[in-house]
This record gives sequence, structure tokens and C-alpha cells, in this order.
Amino acid sequence: MPKGIRDKVAILGMGCSKFGERWDMNAEDLMVEAYTEALGDAGIETKQIDAAWLGTAIEEQHVGKSAVPLAVALRLPYIPVTRVENFCATGTEAFRGAVYAVASGAADIALALGVEKLKDTGYGGLPQRGRGTLPNMTWPNASAPGYFAQLAAAYRAKYGSAPEDLKRAMAHVSVKSHDNGGRNPKAHLRNKITIDTVLNSPMIAEPLGLYDCCGVSDGAACAIVTTPEIARSLGKRDLVSVKALQVAVSNGTEAQHNSWDGSYFATTRIAATRAYQEAGVERPRDEISLIEVHDCFSVTELVTMEDLHISAEGRAIHDILDGFYDADGTIPCQIDGGLKCFGHPIGASGLRMIYEMYLQMQGRAGERQRKDLPRMGLTHNLGGFPHQNVCSISIVGQYEG
Amino acid sequence: MTFGILSFGAYIPRLRLQRKAIAEAHGWFNSALKGQGKGERAIANWDEDPVTMAVEAGRDCLAGTGSPSLESLTFASTTFPFLDRLNAGVVAEALALGQDLATADAGQTQRAATSALIAALRGGPLSLVIAAEKRPVKAASPLEMTAGDGAAAILVGEGKPVARLLASATRSADFVDHYRTPESEYDYQWEERWIRDAGYMPLVPPVIKACLAKAGLGPEAVTRFCMPAVLAKVANSVAKAAGIADAAVADNLHAVCGETGAAHPLVMLVAALEEAKPGDRIMVVGFGQGADVLLFEVTEAITTLGPRLGVKGHLARRREETNYAKFLAFNDTVELERGMRAEADKQTALSALWRNRHTVTAFVGGKCSTCGTLQFPKTRVCVNPNCTAIDTQEPEPFAAKIGKINSYTADRLTYSPDPPACYGMIQFDEGGRWMMDFTDVDEKDLAVGHPMRMMFRVKDIDSQRGFRRYFWKAAPAAQTDVSGRA
Repeated sequence: MPKGIRDKVAILGMGCSKFGERWDMNAEDLMVEAYTEALGDAGIETKQIDAAWLGTAIEEQHVGKSAVPLAVALRLPYIPVTRVENFCATGTEAFRGAVYAVASGAADIALALGVEKLKDTGYGGLPQRGRGTLPNMTWPNASAPGYFAQLAAAYRAKYGSAPEDLKRAMAHVSVKSHDNGGRNPKAHLRNKITIDTVLNSPMIAEPLGLYDCCGVSDGAACAIVTTPEIARSLGKRDLVSVKALQVAVSNGTEAQHNSWDGSYFATTRIAATRAYQEAGVERPRDEISLIEVHDCFSVTELVTMEDLHISAEGRAIHDILDGFYDADGTIPCQIDGGLKCFGHPIGASGLRMIYEMYLQMQGRAGERQRKDLPRMGLTHNLGGFPHQNVCSISIVGQYEG
Repeated sequence: MTFGILSFGAYIPRLRLQRKAIAEAHGWFNSALKGQGKGERAIANWDEDPVTMAVEAGRDCLAGTGSPSLESLTFASTTFPFLDRLNAGVVAEALALGQDLATADAGQTQRAATSALIAALRGGPLSLVIAAEKRPVKAASPLEMTAGDGAAAILVGEGKPVARLLASATRSADFVDHYRTPESEYDYQWEERWIRDAGYMPLVPPVIKACLAKAGLGPEAVTRFCMPAVLAKVANSVAKAAGIADAAVADNLHAVCGETGAAHPLVMLVAALEEAKPGDRIMVVGFGQGADVLLFEVTEAITTLGPRLGVKGHLARRREETNYAKFLAFNDTVELERGMRAEADKQTALSALWRNRHTVTAFVGGKCSTCGTLQFPKTRVCVNPNCTAIDTQEPEPFAAKIGKINSYTADRLTYSPDPPACYGMIQFDEGGRWMMDFTDVDEKDLAVGHPMRMMFRVKDIDSQRGFRRYFWKAAPAAQTDVSGRA
């Protein structure tokens, strides 16, 4: 086991645009919106940034390929800029690039910026995109909700859960996120809903109704990172540092080998175990104070509670209905509204989650601020489909060096 | 060892459009249709065409025959999806027949299948003749009422035939009862009474006489007379003119299927063989710019032939369709607003299709020779996490395997010509799984653990380039628990 990234890198500043249907904004405008906030927060100038990472997933819908759009939008002074894409883990991958650059000593200060402009397609839902010549010939003509919905069928079959019980717990997930989103001025969806709203919403992909699906939003988020020493030399106190960064990528086992039962994310379980080890977390249910997970669909959040080893296997329904993950619960999940209500501009989402952790740990989260400042927070992204995906997990926390 | 029909099979698509629905839609315009609103006609699902139906009929015919080394495959139809790409070539690849066989398409006439069968019965040791038809029909046309979609397959060769050919005869005549050209999408037909009086009646009986003369038999020897003819009583009149008993005239399946065009003589032959007993003599007539007549004698082997779905089993595998608008939409007879999601580019990289033809067209996966793990698709590195050996996989056909649903959904967001799009993970008990489209399935019948069989279907239609690609889909296996033979 390598020594890992724990406490080698601190967050110097962060920014996040308002998420939503930003009809008046280009992707480049959203980048600037997030960046100016982060730059002000960090208290530095652009010329102090040594390297940058741009995360964007469906670039054919907005900025096109390469890192050039970020360099141009921010007028970066001919520094190394890299574009990364790894499905919905893209934002966290940009963060990982910047963090690793600082940890290696190759950069003193690095920028990670994730952006997505999804609302230029002309229709609702995620943009359709090519999957590669051979997958186009053999994969089903599926949508994202259609792939994730299948977790429910497999989960019910595994635990014998009644469809109504599962549906009700899924509905609680969405109601909770709408409550939270209502307290977040940057969130895409801020309306309160009831269990009945969810249960009676139009069916999208059985058993996922409209309110089991997250928003499709425009937005950008960014982080400026450096070493704890440099951060202190720049006058920063109460640092938030990176405790762990893990990525686990499916290798075809779930898609092609019968060892996987379809009810959970094999990648998340592995990435979580590695992340806890890297961060020195032994009992996640007791030591993690806040989580932001990839709630692209309510059922995804539900099974992820087990995959993160916080709820016991088969017990997520009960923890959720007991309010364990509510904003006033033991470990709030999506206290900022999550993908469901803050929104899901793919490349920005991972960085948006870290942004919330950063605000909460510094007591700057406004109306939704936890009374006791969270000490250790986990963010989680899933890209792809349950049977073939990319999972990223980051753990950030109060710096105690 | 004798020569003759060694096996047979058929395919009738599961959807049966109720003629009443057609009559109700068009009775206001053509009141003559009102009287025809009885019974039902087989309609292809949106993802079926003559190629996919031919593959299913071929599989039905070849089931239980092992992996015979065919000398030739002839595919007869007047509605091939490709004008310049061998349609029989797609069928041969999907049936995994290998490359050492002659393949040919036979078309251009309603007689295509009977002529191909006559040729095969003259020829080499083992030939497969498949006929399939899906005729384009104008809304409110008589043909829309009388036509049906379907396919039949006949395996001919040396062995223990279930029926021997006693004789065949043929006659050519440029009698244009209807025609279709590349410029005209639909059939153009002349008056039905003229077709009967100047076509069937003078043209067919002499060929029957010639056939019987060759066989050295009189007309009373014929116990089953299979002649497709849409017009009522034409088959009976022809039989009478030829001296064949009226009781021998076979049902033309109008009530339950409709006339499957060039495939129909073979569909009727298969239906007759399903009911036949040793010693029966079956006469088959193909009519179109002349006539083909074939006379068979059924042998003892018919009693020991293995089970198959055939015409009877496929007719039992049935779902009533009362939504006529769906039929119009499936066939692009009306221009539906399909939404922007339908605009996704469906281009097929032909170079990639060729490279992956065994995976895509034949549904062949791999079996690791090191650990024995079955997997789809066949790749260079074994998927078993405890193996991952490189270049160890032998070809493993998956098309005939029964899988089980591991997970599923019914998706109303993604574009499907027949929403909701049902798909899910299909797992094979002996190893291997794939996330795939389902077809011929009702949402309410989906459940984890349900057995599913593989069917060859249209995957996508590339309307921009006039191409269509094929792949395999999962359909409920329980629908097939029907034996074609009583």
C-alpha cells in the first residue's frame, strides 16, 4: 500500500457557479463565474497558478476537445493545462490531477476546474452521445435512468424487499434532497416536494419516476490547491486538506462475469475501502461527518450508502427512512441538495461536492450550515452504468498538521 | 439413404393485427374493407424484416440436426432489405453456417421459393431453402388486409427424408397480375376476377397434370393441396379443374396469418407436413408469371422427427394487436414525430462490422481454454478475475443458449420505435452475460430470473444512409414451450 496523499495538499480557495438552466451563459462564462469566486477566496492572482486541469465530459455539446477552452476563458499565461474526462468522475479527476501535481512538487499552486453546458441540446435529459463503433452494434439503446433503474430489480431480488418499501425509501431520498436544495441559493431545484410527489410522478424507467432522477444542469466549479505550508505562508488558517483520493474503474467483470449480482457497485466498495485506508478512517459510520454522493438517481444513493460501508448490507432502506442521512441526521447526505437538486453539470459535479465540504468545514455554508463543523467529509462520483463504471472517492477534512 | 426433405421449420411474427382495426380505420373511405374485418394477420415487429424472419425459420428448421455441412443456402423473397448485398449472406452468417457453402438470393416473383425448392431438390447432398416475406402495403389497400408476414425453411438432402419428391413441373408466362418496381414502393394490381379467370384457371391445372403425369399418378393421389390464393375459392376451383378432391384443399391460413407472399407456398407446405402421416401426398403450387408444382410423398420418418415450433407453434406464440396506428408507424406509412432523441446517428462502421461479424451477427462469444469461463464477447484477455489469461479463448456460440434476466427496466426516456424500451442483463447459467435489448416482451412479464432466448433482430435503422444493422435480442423463452407437431 503506497503512503498516499493524506495531508500533503490543502485547499487554498474554491468557487462554484450557480447551477441550473443558464440559458444566457456559455460554458466559458460559467468557468469565469466559478473561477473568480475561487481566486478571490484564495487571495491570489492568476499568474501564481503553475498548472491547471479542465474537467468536462460531454465536450461535443459545448467547448470542444482539449484544454484550450480553459486557457482561453481564463487567459492562463501559457502554463500547462490538461483536459480530463472520465464519465461523471470527471470533476474529481481534474481535482486529482491538480492535487497530485502539488503533492509531487511539480506545481506550488494548481487549479482544477470542472464545467458542463448541458442545456444546448433542445430536449430534456442528458445529451445522447456515441459509445464507440462496436458498443453501438451490441449495447442496448439505453438511457442513464434505464441502466441505473436496474439496481432496483436486482436489489429487490437479492434482499426480498417489497417494491413499495424500496420505492418509499427512494422517495425519501428525493424529498430530503429537495428540502436541502431549498436552503441552497446556488441550487438548480429549490422547491419542496412530498413523498406523494415522488410516488405519483411520471415513470421514466421502471421503477424510477421523474422525481427519482437528478437535474440536468449547466454549471462550473473549481478548486485552487497548494501545500499546507504555502497556504499558511499566504495567511490561511483552519485549513481543509485532502485525506484520500481514490478511483476504481470496472474491468468488465460486472458486465461479463457472473460473479456480480447487479445490486451494488463493485467499484464503490473497492474505492471506499482504499480511501478509508488512505485517510486513516477505521470506522466510517463513526468517523465520517458528512457525505456527498453521486445521487444521479434515488436508487443509486440508496445502494451507495451500503457500498460506502456506512449502512450495513440490506439496511439502507431502514437508515434512510430513519432519517440517518437527513440534514439533521447523524451523517447528512447531500446537505447542499446533491445532484438531485443542486444539479448535475457532469464535469463540475465532483468539484461541487468538495466545495460543499470546504464550506461546511469552514462554517461558511449559510442557512444549511451544520452546527458542529464537520471534521471529515467524503465525496463520491459514479460515471457510466452500474455494470460498467468509474468510481471516484475523495475524503477531505480539517488539517491537523 | 434417400433424397428429399430432411427437416422443415417456419417463423410467424408474434404480433397479430386484428383486421377489424384496419376496417374500422378505413371503412369510411373504402366501404368494401368493412366486410373484410375478420380474423387477424401476422405483422412483423418494428425490428423484424425478411432477413430476421429467415434466420428464425432457419433456426427452427435446423434445430436438432446437429451442425450439418450445408452445400448451399438459397433465400427467396421479393422484399429483401438489401438490393445489392447478399441477403442470404447475412442469414448464413447469423446461422453460423461457415463459409464453405454456396449462397444465393432468389427473388422477383411470388414463385421464387417454389422455384428455389425445385432447384434444391435437383441438386447436391444438403441444401437449405428459406423463404421470407414482409410486403409493403398501402394504407386502405386490399393487400393490407390479406397479406401477412412470415417465413419458412426446408432442408433438402440425402438422409432419412420426411418427404420425398415424386415429381415437379413448371411453366412460365408473363402474366402480370401485379408488379412492383424500384420506382414504385407498393404493389400495383389488376382486377382480381381477371387474375382468376385468365390467370390461375388456365395456367395452373395443366402444370398439375404434367406433374402428376411425371409421377405416374392420378389427381386422386393428392391428399393435401397447398396453393396460396387470396381470392376466395380459387384454390378449390383449380383443384376441381385438375380433378383433386375438394377435401384435400389446404387452408390458406388467411384467418390466422395472412398470405406471406413468396414464402407462402413453403409456409403452407410446412403446415401440411406438421399434420401429415406417412403415405400422404402433398402438392405445392407456386403461382407468379407461370406456375411451379411439386408433389411430395410423406415417409415414416415424419413420425420420429424432433419437436419444433413450425407454423403451428409460432401461430400459438401470439399477441393480439388492436392498435392499427402502431402498424402504420412500424412501417413508416405515416410520418411520426419521433422526437429529437431519434435523430442520433446510427452509422455502422462497415469495416468494424466485418471484423466483428462473428460477435455481432452470429452471437459467438468465447470460452477460455485455461479456466473454462464462458464469456461474451470473445476478447483477447479472459474476464475471469482469477484467470485473465491472454489469447486463450475458443469460439463459443451463444445464440442457442437460454439465459435468465438478472436485472431489467422498461425505459420511457430513450428513443424506441416501440416504447418503453425493455432491456437488461441476461445471464447464462453456464457462464457469460450481456446487457441487451429485449424484444417481443410485455413489460408486465419482466422479472428477475425469467428465462429468455436469443432472437436475431434489427438493432438500428440508419435512415440517413438506408442501412440497417442486426444483432441479437432477448425474448421470453416460455413463449416457445409449444410443440409444432400434435
